[in-house]
Amino acid sequence: MNLDLQPGRFYVLRGENGAGKSTLLRMIAGLSAPTSGSILIFGRKTREARDRMGYMAHVPLLYDELSGMENLRFFASLYGIESDAPLAEAMRRVGLDPELTRRIGQYSQGMRQRLSLARAIFHKPQLLLLDEPFSNVDPDSAAQIAGLLGEMRTAGNTILLVTHQLGLLAKMADEFLYLSAGAMIERSLTPQVTA
Amino acid sequence: MNLSVTKLAALNVRKDLRLEWRSRDVLNSMLFFALLVVVIFSFAFAPTREESRRLSGGLIWTAFLFSTTMALNQSWARELRNGVLDAYRVAPAPAESLFLGKCLGNFLLVLILECLMAPLFVLFYNLTAVGAYWQLIVICLLGTWALVVNGTFFAAMSIRTRNRELMLPLLLLPVSIPAVTAMVTATSNVFTGDSSALVQIKFLAVFCVVYTTISVLLFDTVLNAE
Repeated sequence: MNLDLQPGRFYVLRGENGAGKSTLLRMIAGLSAPTSGSILIFGRKTREARDRMGYMAHVPLLYDELSGMENLRFFASLYGIESDAPLAEAMRRVGLDPELTRRIGQYSQGMRQRLSLARAIFHKPQLLLLDEPFSNVDPDSAAQIAGLLGEMRTAGNTILLVTHQLGLLAKMADEFLYLSAGAMIERSLTPQVTA
Repeated sequence: MNLSVTKLAALNVRKDLRLEWRSRDVLNSMLFFALLVVVIFSFAFAPTREESRRLSGGLIWTAFLFSTTMALNQSWARELRNGVLDAYRVAPAPAESLFLGKCLGNFLLVLILECLMAPLFVLFYNLTAVGAYWQLIVICLLGTWALVVNGTFFAAMSIRTRNRELMLPLLLLPVSIPAVTAMVTATSNVFTGDSSALVQIKFLAVFCVVYTTISVLLFDTVLNAE
């Protein structure tokens, strides 16, 4: 596979189950190593670009026993962020109340999903990797998340997103990538697959 | 970016203790197991005071060794739930801060267990130290660190294996035999007063330094291994 992503563009990665979409995202995030070849992020090795990347998996990557803000505070410390302000802002942007003291084990699936997105964006990453951000989210929240992604794209961030729900992104995305059996079979400017 | 290893390790300890305070998964299971060992051995052997002094080292460290193994498994299992470990791996924080934080958190939990269990050992086995009893504190601190640092490292290695509960003792126990032998001998020496425990204490100190250094250096590879 040879994939070159341009800065400031919004890419939607599509494909059947098992096509390798999540694996590709994990490789770009540095969580899985490619069997051969290399991945460069902003011209650097993945490990050296971790502070410029945000990753959201299809599992929340959060501690159930902590509140939303406690979770974000801990993960923010891993990026050297000590202030609560960017964390509260990230929570508000995904439609969550930063004052919420409930442990996230008591959150609904949709709320966990939104907090997971807040965890991926609080450090203002230039490259955002999102694996199924709309799953388990109600239509209003999905529209809110899509709006937020649109704002991030306008601000110049690069977004690579895996989803089966194209409705919200059909007009927003710049390019659609179609993956099959681990190979990129199509890049197009429209969601329709011709291959 | 401000990413000091010691500061991040301290934040990891605080996070782990907070998670433990809220769930009490680790401490409860460790306490229950250690309590069972104390009570069952006490009734099974009904030792005299002299026998207790001779057996004490082995008994105490057997209880703590297996309780620690339980704690280590659970402390890493917590990082696997919801894939939290991946959030750590994609962050620019140094891996050794996670390792040292986990070691310190586990060390504190095992020390709490030891403080709670010590009076019960004294009560059930009628123990009094004939030798220099202050040495027990040093043996306890070094012995616990030796178990925890090795255990945390091997628990991280076995975290993604299917039978991780089985893998940890299989990896940990053979490597820990020299340290466990030193802890048991030193503890028995202090209780019986037969000979000095200083040689074993020095050995434990060297063991701790060597294994802590090796584990810290190798942890990044272990954390990012597929």
